[in-house]
Amino acid sequence: MVTSSTLEIIVASRRRRQKKYVLVVGALAVLLVLIFAITLSVGHSFTPPGDVLRVLMGEAVPGASFTVGQLRLPRALLGLLAGLSFGLGGVAFQIMLRNPLASPDIIGISSGASAAAVFAIVVLSLKGPIVSVLAVSAGLGVALAVYGLSFRNGVAGTRLILVGIGVSAMLESVVAYILSQAPAWSLQEAMRWLTGSVNGAQLDQSATLAIALAVCGGLLLSRARDIEALRLGDDMAAALGVRVSETRMIIIVTAVGLIACATAVTGPIAFVAFLSGPIAGRIVGDSGPVLLPAALIGAVLVLGGDYAGQFLLASRYPVGVITGALGAPYLIYLIIRVSRAGGSL
Amino acid sequence: MMPARMKTLARPTMPGIAKRTRSVWLLVTLALLAVLCALSVTIGTRDVAFADIIAALQGHVETIGQAAVALRIPRTLLALLAGAALSLAGAVMQGVTRNPLADPGILGVNMGASLAVVIGVVWFDITSAYAFIWTAIAGSAAAAVFVYTIGSLGRGGATPLKLALAGAATSVAFSSLVIAIVLPRSDIAGGIRSWQIGGVGGATFERISPMLPFLLVGFAVSLLSARKLNSLALGDELASGLGERVAVARATAAFGAILLCAATTAVCGPIGFLGLVVPHVCRLLVGIDYRWLLPFSALGGACLLIAADVVGRIVARPAELDVGIITALIGAPFFIWVVRRQKVREL
Repeated sequence: MVTSSTLEIIVASRRRRQKKYVLVVGALAVLLVLIFAITLSVGHSFTPPGDVLRVLMGEAVPGASFTVGQLRLPRALLGLLAGLSFGLGGVAFQIMLRNPLASPDIIGISSGASAAAVFAIVVLSLKGPIVSVLAVSAGLGVALAVYGLSFRNGVAGTRLILVGIGVSAMLESVVAYILSQAPAWSLQEAMRWLTGSVNGAQLDQSATLAIALAVCGGLLLSRARDIEALRLGDDMAAALGVRVSETRMIIIVTAVGLIACATAVTGPIAFVAFLSGPIAGRIVGDSGPVLLPAALIGAVLVLGGDYAGQFLLASRYPVGVITGALGAPYLIYLIIRVSRAGGSL
Repeated sequence: MMPARMKTLARPTMPGIAKRTRSVWLLVTLALLAVLCALSVTIGTRDVAFADIIAALQGHVETIGQAAVALRIPRTLLALLAGAALSLAGAVMQGVTRNPLADPGILGVNMGASLAVVIGVVWFDITSAYAFIWTAIAGSAAAAVFVYTIGSLGRGGATPLKLALAGAATSVAFSSLVIAIVLPRSDIAGGIRSWQIGGVGGATFERISPMLPFLLVGFAVSLLSARKLNSLALGDELASGLGERVAVARATAAFGAILLCAATTAVCGPIGFLGLVVPHVCRLLVGIDYRWLLPFSALGGACLLIAADVVGRIVARPAELDVGIITALIGAPFFIWVVRRQKVREL
């Protein structure tokens, strides 16, 4: 009798959690679609939703075809994909290293990609896809270097984070130096690699990013259960049957791929990777895996931040400035929350 | 069995570095500093004849060579002061936080000074050098308290990892705010960007003199806190058992360090990693006694920054490499080395 009622309670609570999870993910998806729709239809001028839909269907609508099809759609699409990539890559790192502060933009991967991109643009005067290729390979190279440098009788997460911070500081000073030497005409282009922006987006940029997202993101999401198990600690995860080092390798390669591809196109949009995971964790609670909600929140942050930076503030800011400025209040919030709960970071 | 155990127990408190060794190192460092100062005055983009250098040192500026040398003198002085101040500040911070990775750059203190200065320039129209320094001090102090609070949250207090992460995250947030403030104002963007790299080029005596009183107080407070730092190194409980008021000791020493790095940052811009590298090297040379370590760090820092400045003038001729870049290129690998040497626990 007792056992069956306990079982019922367990089943009921599991069902409740599943319901909450579906609800949360659904709500986030709706919010994302809403912001996407607003980005497409409301800018300096208003385009009626009917016209937006007709443009998306491929019809030629005088006026709207240009504003929506040429200006707003590539930008919104790029923001969406980059946000998904940053959110997913960031949360994977945070789970793996079990520290909300250990996101790729802090441990050097974004700065590796930025340094390569700035070098390619300013010193080698390159343009277009080759810059992305260089940035992605540099991001992967830096990740490997950080991993290798922190290898000593195995890789301790602590050492990996600290080495990453060191590497990142060095690369940032290289970026600052290259920018200080830049001629005025390439400075604007290069400045984007300091803050991150979706200005001047092209549809073909989104295509590469979409492929990367499909491959790397798909692999990460298919391993969501194993990745979530890493939260419990490596030993516990291994006891649950997770192949820890294999999962870790998959996380590093795919998350770096996501972050580097997105960074190569938009520049390091500050703190999206850093903020998405903790926000998602807060909303989802213990109701389910945090990967997918974190990706959705990343996209909400980038699209919302870009919209705010373009239209809601006194002067126009790139999206990276908006999301970066969100980081300071988040850190303060972290202090208040942790000191109230008496927990640990 | 017993003697061996005694030895391992005794080692941390008795570093076993004789006073004579320390005195020898002191002389070596002083000699090195003199040589580097001489090099800094003689070497530059322009080759100057020896006679002109002597004439310039006597105050003549008739030829171009003499004028060039006359420009190098305040620059050398600034590098000396900034190097000494930043290294001393780093050594004090490592003592205060009992953290081998403490450095004004890593902990975000320099970025706090940058943000405050930028806010002051853009919104409050500060122009005087004193206002610059006061703003920088306010920003550094706020950033230091902020980062230390975040870093010491939760279990285990202020571990190296948490402090470094809190510093890095705060730096990113602050630098976004700096960009957000500067971006719409192209008139000041260029000046602020070059200030942000950190350099001693273009120094004049007029620019140096306002920072002197702050540095003087900072040096005095920091050097006088050596004994307190020695007690703090034993751990808070033992230190308070020895009659040290731990919180007061921490606050005074930190105040000295903040004065030093804020005044330096206000004049030179943020120069990173110096405060990390120099105290570690000095600890290898003269041991862990802060009464020796602090003055040695100051001297060593002066040597390193002057050397970095001279190297920066040579490698990129005829252009110059700012010292902020060189210290980062030397310092970051060093930081990684320190991290690798540490026994870190698995997360």
